[in-house]
Amino acid sequence: MDEKTVRKKKVTATVVSQEQIAERIYDLRLETELAQDARAGQFVALYPHNAATLLPRPISICETDRAEGQLRLVYRVAGKGTAEFSTYGAGDTLDVLGVLGNGFPVARAAGRRVFLMGGGIGIPPMLQLAKELDAEKHILLGYRDQDLFLHEDLGQCGQVYIATEDGSVGVQGSVMDIIKVNGLTADVIMACGPMPMLRAIKQYAAEQGIDAYISLEERMACGVGACLGCVCATNGVDSHSHVKNARICTDGPVFEAREVNI
Amino acid sequence: MNTKVTIAGVTLNNPVMTASGTFGSGMEYSDFVDLNRLGAVVTKGVANVPWPGNPTPRVAEVYGGMLNAIGLQNPGIDVFVERDIPFLKKYDTRIIVNVCGKTVDDYLEVVERLGHEPVDMLEINVSCPNVKEGAIAFGQKADHLYDITSRIKRRAKQPVIMKLSPNVTDIAEMARAAEAAGADALSMINTITGMKIDIHRRRFALANKTGGLSGPAVKPVAVRMVYQASHAVKIPVIGMGGIANGEDAVEFLLAGASAVAVGAMNFVDPCATVKVIEGIEDYMARYHVENVTDLIGAVDE
Repeated sequence: MDEKTVRKKKVTATVVSQEQIAERIYDLRLETELAQDARAGQFVALYPHNAATLLPRPISICETDRAEGQLRLVYRVAGKGTAEFSTYGAGDTLDVLGVLGNGFPVARAAGRRVFLMGGGIGIPPMLQLAKELDAEKHILLGYRDQDLFLHEDLGQCGQVYIATEDGSVGVQGSVMDIIKVNGLTADVIMACGPMPMLRAIKQYAAEQGIDAYISLEERMACGVGACLGCVCATNGVDSHSHVKNARICTDGPVFEAREVNI
Repeated sequence: MNTKVTIAGVTLNNPVMTASGTFGSGMEYSDFVDLNRLGAVVTKGVANVPWPGNPTPRVAEVYGGMLNAIGLQNPGIDVFVERDIPFLKKYDTRIIVNVCGKTVDDYLEVVERLGHEPVDMLEINVSCPNVKEGAIAFGQKADHLYDITSRIKRRAKQPVIMKLSPNVTDIAEMARAAEAAGADALSMINTITGMKIDIHRRRFALANKTGGLSGPAVKPVAVRMVYQASHAVKIPVIGMGGIANGEDAVEFLLAGASAVAVGAMNFVDPCATVKVIEGIEDYMARYHVENVTDLIGAVDE
């Protein structure tokens, strides 16, 4: 949210590789010029080929490789569109809209002690964030069970702590339980995950008096701020309608936790 | 090749506009589309005061289309006049402002404010299915439509387009009522009221339960209504509903539309409007059509 917005484009990307890395979780690498513009916390929108599934699917950017011109997307199959994507293999092409959204304010965490907190399919954007952050990084990951993904990649960027809902790996419970069990503290939090987790982080950050930047999601249509479909209630008036309803696609997806009513 | 069309005395460089609510005020799409190419930009509905709109989820995909229940979130006329009109004035395109309200007085307040502004036409939204007060309440009964149209016409400085709802029994009757009240043009269709249920969670897909259906799935309904309405009145009809390419646009023109608008397909392809314009030109070249107006209502009966 600190840097100048680059021009959005709709481009055709080529699949470099795709593999399934956990139940319903796929790791897709795309060759696309959008890699040059992408920053941690931003997203792209992928168009299914099936004309009956019209709308682009917003998917967070897991990793950016500018030298190779590649974007890595790790997504969960949640419906017809993502099910179609999961069938793609090397050499297949698809249309991509991007780069969308504002991303994490990396500069505000420089040199500080940071919690990077990812829950479930909110984990992927933590990887690019971890790579871009020059800070003391504590990476807190929450999974349902032992079907882990991306924890090894993240382990190369900082200290990783794991929680599972069923207790099969690491701390039993959520990412919040990791903080308690390990007695961790931070100056700043950056997080993406399910709404109950983000609510808990918002409350924790308020109690601790620290800044938290959380990435939200909502059903979207256009992805570029025109349709006003993906709004989130905010404390201050939003930039578009001046009604305290910010657009997650353009004003977000990353918001300062105290700015949003979730 | 001449692609110009004239609606209520206002000449457009080509017959392609944006459908209200799918294009913001053009700003959000200016990365993708040269706004100078468009016949007109029809803005997102604007009311006399800011409206927060409906709770989320506000959008849901359905087969070949989408449902929306945005609820006309808008910044109100003050911000609109300060920000959106000056932005659009930078381009060589016609500006059509979509007006919404909860009461007739709300509409009249916006119409009067716009009377002093450099906008080319007003489109009156009496057909949004997603707000409880106003809007569609004026657009589903012919006598209500007649009443609001005649009251707006008495105050409007610009030509008035009445945007009609497809959620009526007889579109021709509604078209005649608007014409009799003095409307300068009609536009149709607004969205068709629909519903989607998530069977796994046993919940409505939209927080508003119902939403407006748009996209290619509605096109045959829209073509039929444009045909019926344009044959019931003498004023021009602007056709829309699922237009994705030049061929779809030509279909509306042949059915009787004098111009067309691209709506939900902007979300599918941000460059859709320009592709529709190019597709109409391709059709004209292929069939040696000199004037695009020659296509209006030119279906073989």
